[in-house]
Amino acid sequence: MKPVRSARHAWSVARTVGLVGMLAAPFALQATSTAEQSDLLELPERLSQTGLFMTGAPAIDPRNRSYAPQYPLWTDGARKSRWVRLPSGGRIDARRADAWGFPVGTRFWKEFAFRGRRIETRMLWRSTPNTWTFAAYVWNDAQTDAVLAPADGVRDVVEIAPGKRHTVPSRDDCRTCHDTGATPVLGFTALQLSDDRDPAAPHGEALAPGMLTLRRLIDDHLLDPMDPRLAIERPHIPGDPDTRAALGYLTANCGYCHNERSDLATVQFPLSMPAFASPAELARTLSTLAPRSTKWDAPGSAPGTTPLVKPGSPELSALVARMRSRRPSSQMPPLGSSIVDTAGVELVSSWIAGRRF
Amino acid sequence: MKRRSLTLLLSAFTLTLAAGAATLAGAGAADTRPAGTAAVSRGEYLVRFGLCHDCHTPLKIGARGPEPDLARALSGHPSGVALPDAPAPAGPWLWGGAATNTAFWGPWGVSFTANLTPDEETGLGNWSEEQFVMALRTGRHEGKGRPILPPMPYQYVSSLSDEDLRAVFAYLRSLPPVHNKVPAPIDPAEEPAPATAEPSR
Repeated sequence: MKPVRSARHAWSVARTVGLVGMLAAPFALQATSTAEQSDLLELPERLSQTGLFMTGAPAIDPRNRSYAPQYPLWTDGARKSRWVRLPSGGRIDARRADAWGFPVGTRFWKEFAFRGRRIETRMLWRSTPNTWTFAAYVWNDAQTDAVLAPADGVRDVVEIAPGKRHTVPSRDDCRTCHDTGATPVLGFTALQLSDDRDPAAPHGEALAPGMLTLRRLIDDHLLDPMDPRLAIERPHIPGDPDTRAALGYLTANCGYCHNERSDLATVQFPLSMPAFASPAELARTLSTLAPRSTKWDAPGSAPGTTPLVKPGSPELSALVARMRSRRPSSQMPPLGSSIVDTAGVELVSSWIAGRRF
Repeated sequence: MKRRSLTLLLSAFTLTLAAGAATLAGAGAADTRPAGTAAVSRGEYLVRFGLCHDCHTPLKIGARGPEPDLARALSGHPSGVALPDAPAPAGPWLWGGAATNTAFWGPWGVSFTANLTPDEETGLGNWSEEQFVMALRTGRHEGKGRPILPPMPYQYVSSLSDEDLRAVFAYLRSLPPVHNKVPAPIDPAEEPAPATAEPSR
């Protein structure tokens, strides 16, 4: 009998198939294949058929504009590239500064590369006035094109670090993050595209020539109608530089679930900053982080006694403990990452250590 | 050898579930609760067929030994039951459960069966129907959070249609709320070793 290599490996196996779920595998597969069939009727089979590339060449179609959010989402160190295309003549409805509306036909792509190789490209498509369609494409070995991933995603497609492998998310997992906030488009917002970029943002990316920013969108008349503040103020999280960077990081990495619009019973505090936060709004956000217990209990702690944030003591703060964890019941965010973001942990820890709240 | 071990494990668990179901069927025959809507009735039927009571309804000692305590039906692991530390998974003995059949240990740590009654503080009282359906579709708490842990067979339950899952939710919402705060799951002792990724971007 082959011994189990480690508890971690065993957990991975159990998580993948489910111990009892193995009994039901035929039923589950049947249900999945029906869902897949429905999606495949609408989604192109290959990335090259989605409009990302020029016809006949795996080069980006110049109609697709690249951009880089100032606070990138941590995805285990993946190198990301992003593009957006609006339909011909299409404009973004930016009357709500934090919840832009996109015309039907809008497509976003995000490419994930590890160790110099493209692994997957995700597409977010405004397919109808009421629908955002999610898809992921897995790159072939020759790096010439990518194939539509099943609705259930693809587990463990490539090793990204010793003992760690990247998983292409299921479409339900896409909705887990993208369907909880004011808009499903998370990285293309007024705050993320602000020309007043945060120099202390972890993993901040330099703007390449031609990249879309808020200013460029306005100058190109692509925001119409729009909140008039967008034309005269540059979105910026208020507060000292540490607070700005920490809240920006938390907005991008936590705010898609931890926001005031969330209907999750267990989400107790907002971590999402708007484009134009007033000092009062900043104070209110910080007050929600002030000493309070969480539903999550630190190991060895009595139930209900673990503080969300203990000012001056990041090591006693649930927020940091869960960012540092990749154990199944504790890790935050709960999906999309299997490697701790040490830079993010250091930033938030340093901020908590130096704050009184 | 490996396949044989797996077969034995699954057979044993199936027998356990079958025995529990038989016990519950007998107890359920005396249930005189008024019939609800068609969806509630359908949901009750699915809950019985799905053996949900086997793990989510605490046991009590009756005249013939342990039997489901229907006064606490589907209220999950009793908060008053203190358990010693679970053994560490080792070798082929990968997982197991407490005698209550409401707590289980394995490579995922320790999991406790949830309170499915509509108690607002400790059960599903604050859950929406959509969250319930998404939880069983995705295998995530509230459809978005931490993974729902083994041995909950969410993969099996997710084979139900949306209509059936909504019926199950309707039935659960029709139950009397039971205030029972189930402990949070306990993570495994082993923290994944720090890994080094390429320069973060």
